[in-house]
Amino acid sequence: MEANNCVLEMKHISKSFPGVKALDDVSLTIRPGTVHALMGENGAGKSTLMKCAFGLYQPDDGEIRIQGNSVTLPTPKAAMVAGISMIHQELNPIMTRNVMENIWVGRIPYRNVAGVHWVDDKKMYQDTRNLFQDLGITIDPRERVSSLSVSHCQLLEIARAVSYGAKVIIMDEPTSSLTESESELLFGIIRKLTMQGVAIIYISHKIEEVLDITDEVTVLRDGRLVGTWPTKELDMDSIVSKMVGREMTNRFPRPEHTMGDVYLEVSHLTSALPHSFSDISFTLRKGEILGIGGLVGAQRTELMESIFGLRPIASGTIRIDGKEVNIKNPREAIRHKIALLTEERRVTGIIPMLSVGENIVLANQTANRKKYTGGGPFLNYGARNEDAQKYVDSLSIKTPGLKAQIQYLSGGNQQKALLGRWMLLGPDILIMDEPTRGIDVGAKYEIYCLMEEMVQRGKCVIMISSEMPELMGMSDRVMVMCEGHLSGILNRDEVTDERIMYLASTYENTERSNEDAKENI
Amino acid sequence: MQKKTFRPKDFMMNYALYLIMLLIVIIIACISPKFISLRVIRDILTQSSTKMLVALGCMFIIVSGSADLSGGRVVGLAAVVSGSLAQQAAYANKFWPNMGELPVIVPILASVLVGLLVGACNGYAVAKLKVPAFLATLGMQMIAYGVNCLYFNKAPNNSQPLGGYKESFGNLGTGSLAGIPILVMIALALCAVVWIIQTRTCLGREIFAVGGNPNAARVSGINVFKILMITYMIAGALYGFAGCLEAARTGSATSSYGLSYELDAIASCIVGGCSASGGIGSVPGVIAGVLIFNVINYGLTFIGLSSYWQFVVKGLIIIIAVAIDVRKYAAKN
Repeated sequence: MEANNCVLEMKHISKSFPGVKALDDVSLTIRPGTVHALMGENGAGKSTLMKCAFGLYQPDDGEIRIQGNSVTLPTPKAAMVAGISMIHQELNPIMTRNVMENIWVGRIPYRNVAGVHWVDDKKMYQDTRNLFQDLGITIDPRERVSSLSVSHCQLLEIARAVSYGAKVIIMDEPTSSLTESESELLFGIIRKLTMQGVAIIYISHKIEEVLDITDEVTVLRDGRLVGTWPTKELDMDSIVSKMVGREMTNRFPRPEHTMGDVYLEVSHLTSALPHSFSDISFTLRKGEILGIGGLVGAQRTELMESIFGLRPIASGTIRIDGKEVNIKNPREAIRHKIALLTEERRVTGIIPMLSVGENIVLANQTANRKKYTGGGPFLNYGARNEDAQKYVDSLSIKTPGLKAQIQYLSGGNQQKALLGRWMLLGPDILIMDEPTRGIDVGAKYEIYCLMEEMVQRGKCVIMISSEMPELMGMSDRVMVMCEGHLSGILNRDEVTDERIMYLASTYENTERSNEDAKENI
Repeated sequence: MQKKTFRPKDFMMNYALYLIMLLIVIIIACISPKFISLRVIRDILTQSSTKMLVALGCMFIIVSGSADLSGGRVVGLAAVVSGSLAQQAAYANKFWPNMGELPVIVPILASVLVGLLVGACNGYAVAKLKVPAFLATLGMQMIAYGVNCLYFNKAPNNSQPLGGYKESFGNLGTGSLAGIPILVMIALALCAVVWIIQTRTCLGREIFAVGGNPNAARVSGINVFKILMITYMIAGALYGFAGCLEAARTGSATSSYGLSYELDAIASCIVGGCSASGGIGSVPGVIAGVLIFNVINYGLTFIGLSSYWQFVVKGLIIIIAVAIDVRKYAAKN
C-alpha cells in the first residue's frame, strides 16, 4: 500500500505500563474515506492504541505517520491540529452551556471592539448552522446541552471533530447507549463523512454493526495484532474466533429448559412516579429465562428496580411462590432471594476503590452476617476470601488478586465480579439489566453460561436487553415494553426481530397484543 | 502476576509523608539538638492524644463519604459539661454550688452522651433530611457553640473558666502509669479499637462501602441510613470523650475550647491518606497525619519560630500531601 495513500499509519507501536505490556508491535493503516473497525476483547489494547493516536499516551516504540509525515503527538490538542479527533465512550460536554458554545469552546469567534474581545454570537450561530447542514444534523445551535439526548450529544461531538477539520475520527463504542433508530442516524452521518474523505476508526463490540458499516477490520488480542481484513471477507463467526483465538461454534449456550411452576407473579403493577410504567402483569416460571425488550424510555429498568424495592409502587401486587410480598427496599428484596444486577455498573454496581474480594462479598456479608462472623463481633477473613475466591475462579475473573481495587479491572471482569456478588446470595430470582453491555465476547459467553446454570437448577432469570440476538438467543419468552406499557409477550417460537421492534414501538396496540399473548401462554 | 521492581519514584510517592516528617525532624534537630529527647516525645504524644480522638472520629465520617464541621465545638461543649460535673466539693467557684462530688465516671459518660446526641442530630439531618453534610454540620457547629455558651454563662458561673477538678479526673489528663501518660494510653487504646472496628467488623466494611458508592451499597442491601447514623454517633462519642480529656489535661474549660479542632482533624485525615470523596482511609495513616501536625507545631515553637509560621507550614503540607495523592492515583490510571 502506498504511504501517501493512507491518512494515518501507526507502525510497530509498543507501549508498556508497570507490569503490563499493553501493546506489542502493533501496526495499523487507515485509508481516507473508509470506516475501519478496531476489534478485540476488553484489555486487548484497542483503547491504548487509540490513546496513542490521540496524543493521550506516548508510545514507547514505533512511529506514527499522518499523510506520510512522521509526527509526534504530545497532547490531544496536537492530535486535533494534525487532524485526528476522538469521540469518547463517555461524553462530557459542558452541560450548562448551549450547543454552539460547546462546539467552538476554546476558539469562540469574536469581534474586537476597543481592545475587548466580544463574543460574536451571530457568526458562531451561522458557522454552527452551516456545519450541521453539511452533516444533516437537525439540532438547534442555541439549545442547552443539558436538554439534549445522549445521541444528540454524540452528534455534537462529531460535529466538533469535523469543525477541527478532522481527517480521522476515532469513535469508541459510539452506539453503546443509542437506540436502533439513533444508531441509524449515526450511521447516516458516518456515511456522509466518509464520502467527504474522512476516515473513521470504529471501536465496537457489536459485530453485526461492524459487518454492516465498516470497510476493513483490524483485530487485536492481548496487545498484539491478529490481522487486518476487508470486512466483506469476514462473517460473525470468523470475527469472533479471531478475537478470542479459538473457534466459537455457538454464541448462545441453549439446551432445552424444563420449566416448573409459576414462581413470580406480577399483577397490574403501577409506578408511584409520574411518567413511569403502569398496569404491568406477567408471570415467571421456575427454570425460565424471561427476556425484556423495548426501546430506551420503555421503563424496563424502572419496572425491575420497583420490583427490587428501589422505586415506589402505587398499586398492583407481587407474589412470590404464591405469597403476596411487599418489598419496600433492596434489603427486603434480598431477603426474598431476589438479586438485581443493575444497568449502570459504575453508578450502582461497583465500589471502585474497594478490592475485588470486598466487592464480591458485600451483599452476602450484609444479608448473611453470621456466615462470616460466626455470630461473634469479628469478621472471619478466611471465610470471606474463600467465598470471593470461589467466584473469581468459577467465573474466571481476570484480576491480579482478591486485593486489587475493582476499578482497575476491565468492564467485563467488573461485571463478572458483580455477578459473583449476587450469585453468592444464592438467589431464586436473578434480574439482570443489560448484563452484557460493553463487555467482550468471551465474558458475554460466560455470563450466558451462568444464566443457563441458574435455570438448570430451577431458578428464574429476568434479562433486560437491547441487543436483539441476545434477547432472542437466550429468552424462553420475550416481554416487550413501550413507554411504560406492556405491549406484548412473545413465546420462543414466535420471536422475530420484526415482531419485537413492532411491539417496542407501538403501545396503542396494547389490548390486542395482550390478547395475543394470553392465547400463547 | 505483576513483578514488583523497586522504583525510587514510587517509593518517594508512597512514603512522601513520612519522608517529609523525617526531614522536618532532622532540620529541627540540627537547629536545636535537644529536640531529640524523651521529654519532647512525651510532650508531643500527650498533646497529640486529644487531637487523635477528634481525628479518629473525623476519619469515620470521611471514610463514609461525608463531612463534619461540628467536631471542634462538640469538643468544647463536652469539655464544659464534663468539667462542670467533675469539680471538688470544696472548690469555691463551683458550677453547681449545691452538688456534691460525683464519681469520675459521671463527667466521662456525660461528655460521651453529649457527643452521641450531637452526632445523632448530624446523622439524622444528613441521612434522613438529606441536608448536604457540609451545611448540616456547619449548622450543628453553631448550635453546639450556642448551647455551650448558654450553659457556660449560667449563674453563678457567668462564663468564668472552670477549675478545681477532682484529683481522679485531673489524673486522666496529667497522670501517668509506668512513665507513660494515661492520655497516650487512652489514645492508643482507642486507635486499636477503631482499627478493629474498621477492618474486622461488618459495620466497618459497610462504612467503607457506603463511602465508596452509596448507591451500590443500597442496591446491595446495606441500610445506608443506619450506617450513616452510626458513623456520626461514633464520631460524636469520640469528639465528646476528647472534650472530657481536654478539660482534664488543661485542668480548666471554657466555651472557646476546641475551636477549629475539626479543621485540624480533617487536615490530619487528608494528609494521612483518607480520600475526600470517601471509601479510603486507615488508622495508621491518620496517626501519621496527626503526628506530623503536632511535630510541626511543637518543633517550630521549640526552635523559637513564631506560631504564625505554623499556619503557613501546615497549609503547605496539606496542599503538598493532596497533590502527591492525586498523582499517585493518576499514575495508576
